[in-house]
Amino acid sequence: MTLDTVKNAEQTPDAEQPWAALGLKPDEYARIREILGRRPTGAELAMYSVMWSEHCSYKSSKVHLKQFGDKKPVTDALLVGIGENAGVVDVGQGIAVTFKIESHNHPSYVEPYQGAATGIGGIVRDILAMGARPVAVMDPLRFGAPDHPDTRRVLPGIVAGIGGYGNCLGLPNIGGEVVFDPCYQGNPLVNALCVGVMRHEDIHLAQASGPGNKVVLYGARTGGDGIGGASILASETFDGTKPSKRPAVQVGDPFQEKLLIECTLEIFREKLVAGIQDFGAAGLSCATSELASGGSGGMRVELDNVPLRDNTLSPEEILMSESQERMCAIVEPDKVDRFLEICEKWDVIATVIGEVTDGDRLEIFWHGEQIVDVLPRTVAHDGPVLNRPFARPSWQDALQADAPTAERLKRPADGDELRAAVLQLVGSPNQADKSWITSQYDRFVLGNTVLATPEDSGMIRVDEESDLGVAIATDGNGRYAKLDPYTGAQLALAEAYRNVAATGAKPLAVSDCLNFGSPEDPDVMWQFAEATRGLADACLTLGTPVTGGNVSLYNQTGDVAIHPTPVVAVLGVIDDVNRRTPMAFAEEGQLVYLLGDTADELGGSAWTQVAHDHLGGLPPRLDLERERLLAEILISGSRDGMVDAAHDLSDGGLIQALTESCLRGGRGARLVVPEGLDPFVFLFSESAGRAIVSVPRSEELRFTEMCGVRGLPATRIGVVDGEIIEVQGQFTLPLAELREAHTGTIEALIG
Amino acid sequence: MARVVVDVMLKPEILDPQGQAVQRALPRLGFAGIADVRQGKRFELELEGPVDDAALARIREAAETFLANTVIEDFTVRVEPSSAGGAA
Repeated sequence: MTLDTVKNAEQTPDAEQPWAALGLKPDEYARIREILGRRPTGAELAMYSVMWSEHCSYKSSKVHLKQFGDKKPVTDALLVGIGENAGVVDVGQGIAVTFKIESHNHPSYVEPYQGAATGIGGIVRDILAMGARPVAVMDPLRFGAPDHPDTRRVLPGIVAGIGGYGNCLGLPNIGGEVVFDPCYQGNPLVNALCVGVMRHEDIHLAQASGPGNKVVLYGARTGGDGIGGASILASETFDGTKPSKRPAVQVGDPFQEKLLIECTLEIFREKLVAGIQDFGAAGLSCATSELASGGSGGMRVELDNVPLRDNTLSPEEILMSESQERMCAIVEPDKVDRFLEICEKWDVIATVIGEVTDGDRLEIFWHGEQIVDVLPRTVAHDGPVLNRPFARPSWQDALQADAPTAERLKRPADGDELRAAVLQLVGSPNQADKSWITSQYDRFVLGNTVLATPEDSGMIRVDEESDLGVAIATDGNGRYAKLDPYTGAQLALAEAYRNVAATGAKPLAVSDCLNFGSPEDPDVMWQFAEATRGLADACLTLGTPVTGGNVSLYNQTGDVAIHPTPVVAVLGVIDDVNRRTPMAFAEEGQLVYLLGDTADELGGSAWTQVAHDHLGGLPPRLDLERERLLAEILISGSRDGMVDAAHDLSDGGLIQALTESCLRGGRGARLVVPEGLDPFVFLFSESAGRAIVSVPRSEELRFTEMCGVRGLPATRIGVVDGEIIEVQGQFTLPLAELREAHTGTIEALIG
Repeated sequence: MARVVVDVMLKPEILDPQGQAVQRALPRLGFAGIADVRQGKRFELELEGPVDDAALARIREAAETFLANTVIEDFTVRVEPSSAGGAA
């Protein structure tokens, strides 16, 4: 095969090109020809096709994501916003924190272990590229039915991959979620979050400026793995997954990544880079075009210099390869030697592959011939923008009308039935203890983990002298979002916000991972539009800007999409981690208070799923001002020592939260159903804006006065006591029986 | 008794971190001149009955669905020439 050079492309305008097989639409191919004024070369076609894929270009979601910028709340905490590798938040004392959540859904279904492992690797490099030391990861996961045979293939592989990569890397895994629902059977969701810490002055950006500066590729050699993965894997739904047709995925090497981290941090310390970018999806195509377009535009790359694992790779393949554990840096000429020296010390291969030029074009050469000549902006940023049609689904009204009223779904009628319902709920796969999974992750390595799963949020100490810390929680409820995507997305934010506040931290910023079905389906596109609108509105009200994140579309099998699943991560700051609030009810005699209002709100609830396999009605109502007030009370209560433990109320309602707090503390509780409240609604309703706290008797007056003055309903519902949970006049449940129901479930299903 | 050997190797385009670690160690230990290392797995299956087409088909199925992860690995099945003198 002859090399398809720029000259060749000019001379053979009518040559057939495989643009359709690369996922491009006819109008997109025509647009590329128009931009270039000729047909693209093979290498250019490869670059445009990966960079213009849904995964890299956000072509379907861009018009909606714009709202996160347009409705951005005023805050001085945000140092770097959307558009960079990750957002950066000021947490005070000159320290900044960067965090981001991403999806690795499709690769994890194809090859669970490596898919999940490289998901961790990718998000860690994103954080590293901002100039920060990665300090913790989290993993919100969604699987199909827990008793489905394929779940037994997918779940252990994914969990082992996350643990394998993260543990080898030496990063604590401090939280996340595990949710089962048949809608995720063919589309498990593997979202991965990483958080990193740096000084303000250490922030690095992805830009290539300064003509003459060198482009250095460092890290692993480039191989033939994951070629076209970005466009093929993430943009098309696979239905016939015959073993031989499966695409080759990437294999990660956490030990190489560890070297890359330490090497990069040393390079940062010596201030040797002018710009830096990690290699994610679309590999070299993405890194070169984004770096060049982030700077002045001009860059010249000699592709022959790229260190290869396989010498038979074509230039197109080198540009598309998604080999893991690689980075790209822009280095001033007189610092190159020192840069390479540090790489050699860490046993990291580093090669100068090109330089920044004073032009505005990205030019790539192979064997001395030019194979790419483009304006980098057209590749990296001027991809197609689609205004996909969307419309409220025809079935939405019927779904919302099917409310779980007492007439529609039989509710427990007496104490015995309530007792049975509690055991059934806390032992159901979604509500059961997840230790079998989370104990496979190292939660405490590095020695700065203050709180980890199953606490409301993961908390990390970021400064060992002042004990400054950050807390992060991720939440998302696909059932709520299916019933009402606007409110469902807001509820995900509210829950994560509440979780962060429950541990005593002040919520500051948001990162989101939006998992949806096919954007070509107007129903799905409506869900996406509503969810982003809801999230942007709520972020504005709560004063927590979206700093970045990721969109994962095409999560569907055939015509059936997953529940719309916006997963929201909230990051908060706590001045002194010693003042954190744990969830355990551990002190005999302390008073249990319920904060917030409880109404008959069971639409999308865990109880309707467990007891009746029902999904209908409306999700709980949301009052964002109330959420803010509740958070302020929880933070004040923690700071001033008025509450010893707190736990947010979400799926499963009060009895679920109480069970978790009691089992964690090893203490029972005696409860009284508040006047005017139905016992079933009291225990199982999922009304938002609520939490339970345990208050020392000596602090009761001060605490209730604070709530009274601020206008937050606080109802004394019982006392921490003994070794049973008793709901007066209804039932008693020994902790041992609850523990047995709550802890054995996952292992019995998967182990 | 007959022996069937299943060799499992990572597909050529897939990164082999173990093989690379070995390759990096070789020159440090004085073994020069080795350009590349790929590390795989070898299964030796002792059959109870004769090695006929049906038995080999079963082994291929076992290799494809269990011994090898065909998403990232290739495998080969071969009959080991009998070493114990018994007829296969």
